[in-house]
Amino acid sequence: MSVRVGHAAQAPEFPIAAKELVANSQLRRNVRRATDVIQAKRARVVGERPDWQQLRESARQIKQHTLENLDHYLERFEEACTRAGGKVHWARDADEANRIIVGLVQGYGEDEVIKVKTMTSDEICLNPALEAAGITPYETDLADLIVQLGEDRPSHIVVPALHRNRLEIREIFMRKMGLENLGFEPTDLTTAARQYLREKFLRVKVGISGANFAVAETGSICVVESEGNGRMCLSLPRVLISLIGIEKIVPTFQDLEVFLQLLPRSATGERMNPYNSIWTGVTPGDGPEEFHVVLLDNGRTSVLADADTRQTLACIRCGACLNTCPVYRQTGGHAYGSVYGGPIGAILTPQLQSMEHSRSLPYASSLCGACYEVCPVKINIPEVLIQLRARVVREGHSPFSERMAMKGAAFALGDEGRLSLAHALARIAQVPFRHGDHLGGLPGMLGHWTEFRDLPAVPQESFRQWWEKRGKDGPQ
Amino acid sequence: MSTTREEVLGRVRRALGGTRRSPEEIHAAHAAIQRDYQAEPTLTPEERLELFTDRLVDYDATVHPCAEAEVPATIAGILRERGKTGLLTSPAFPAAWLPDGFTFDRSPELPYEALDACEGAVTDCVLAIAVTGTIVLRHSPELGRRALSLVPDYLLCVIRAEQVVETVPEAIRRMAGLLPESLTTISGPSATADIEMTRIKGVHGPRTLEVILVG
Repeated sequence: MSVRVGHAAQAPEFPIAAKELVANSQLRRNVRRATDVIQAKRARVVGERPDWQQLRESARQIKQHTLENLDHYLERFEEACTRAGGKVHWARDADEANRIIVGLVQGYGEDEVIKVKTMTSDEICLNPALEAAGITPYETDLADLIVQLGEDRPSHIVVPALHRNRLEIREIFMRKMGLENLGFEPTDLTTAARQYLREKFLRVKVGISGANFAVAETGSICVVESEGNGRMCLSLPRVLISLIGIEKIVPTFQDLEVFLQLLPRSATGERMNPYNSIWTGVTPGDGPEEFHVVLLDNGRTSVLADADTRQTLACIRCGACLNTCPVYRQTGGHAYGSVYGGPIGAILTPQLQSMEHSRSLPYASSLCGACYEVCPVKINIPEVLIQLRARVVREGHSPFSERMAMKGAAFALGDEGRLSLAHALARIAQVPFRHGDHLGGLPGMLGHWTEFRDLPAVPQESFRQWWEKRGKDGPQ
Repeated sequence: MSTTREEVLGRVRRALGGTRRSPEEIHAAHAAIQRDYQAEPTLTPEERLELFTDRLVDYDATVHPCAEAEVPATIAGILRERGKTGLLTSPAFPAAWLPDGFTFDRSPELPYEALDACEGAVTDCVLAIAVTGTIVLRHSPELGRRALSLVPDYLLCVIRAEQVVETVPEAIRRMAGLLPESLTTISGPSATADIEMTRIKGVHGPRTLEVILVG
């Protein structure tokens, strides 16, 4: 089995990638500005709902219940979707999903597809697989189009081009759409995208989508979007293929009443996003004639297997944790090396793919807890991060120097005599670095700490020595 | 393919520890999920319509309140104002609402190019939500194809006051009864926030949304 999460297995470790990105002040300004705007909008519309905490709790319970009975609900979904005229395929991993989708497109004799934003397709690297088979994918979400034309990578799960400002986008559009004149205003840019894509919407015969929610009870699928590109891809082509992670199932149609309140307010700070498409199989005379669903595992069942970190799969991809995260707001999404960035990416990527390729991600957090507070489905991200840090150590993926330091500490702390000796040695070793009552400019790994923080010096007398001196009757 | 299916389901079952509950037990567990959020309406009918109108205006949609008998004249006035000679509509759209002197094409089989080139579309709806300013459309060749309210650049939607509910849960519970026909919810004109997180009106869907609120 080959689980793949974008190009995360080849990505540099977080601290290395972050160092370079933090130096890019334009990128930091773009990310800061965009996340400030979105956070303010979110806070306003979340504040309007006196029952927000009740909605979150219901969502958490629905997701937990679904995951605990996922086999049951997957089978119900398959039955209902098939009954409504859909065809359900199963894929163990990224390669299998890509083979199924490429095979379907080729089977219909087509060499172009229009795509609605789907992070899952980025996860499995669908576009390169389509291109390798001679099929041209057109991204139709404005941000995805900016990323595709700019030969860039997504940096946010809701607004993937958040790291680009209007001037950069204008430059990409002029170059790639062959435009000699293009205004500077956002409306000029959206008009250019409308003109560029319209002909493709009307002509291309195969649409590819993801899903926000797949309803087990009815076989219905719900796609949440803003621009109308989703509706175009979901209703105009003759064939529709929806790639759906197995965790996207919700038990009943009524459960949507919880998520359709939480998602738009959390994701874009809107009471409701402009468009939701909800369809069930095929309808003769309206919409696609052929409808395929590809249910994707790609590591999700291994996440499910750990009851402590399973809650990661409850994510509805709103991106609120990214916008609020003090680490993401400094580095942007690319530092996480995965299509899933920010706090949710820091817990999802290491669990989907093997830990050895993403051992630094569980540490890409200050554990401040802001992500947990805004999460609409109450995923306790800090708790999962700590569980994963423990797993990094348990599986032997922590850096050599850290393992040695921990071994050394365990040795010294395991015996009173050795601890006293360590104290004595430290008191001597600290002399060149001592500034009053604190240490600075320590060498090697320790230098990372003292570069920005004060480390208290080892005192001349340890607690044990003080206790001994004090005598068994206490101060006289 | 069936082996892949069994393998994925097998992995799910192993991940969950192998104990399987009966469908009845699962149903009971789902029914026991805590739902303390607001589902029932609290506003008077007047307040509800006022809130709905406010939300639509907030989305830059133009709202024309009128009585049932005034619908044709209201549509005629809007079309004259906008310099339009006619609109596309669905076979099921009430004939009594259509004014004389304009062309209304009800064909459910027009090619997409014709939808793209038309002057706009007029549809009715099945439901609307006050709290979010949302209009719910139900689709079929008879009720209006999905493309009808999507490809034209101008959309006029006629909503009856009694179709407006207050909360999202009220709407979803009614929508459940409308399946399996596909449903679209519309909250304002097509928009994007992809450029610097600023809401920009008008991308791929109709760039202008106008509403007639009847009753």
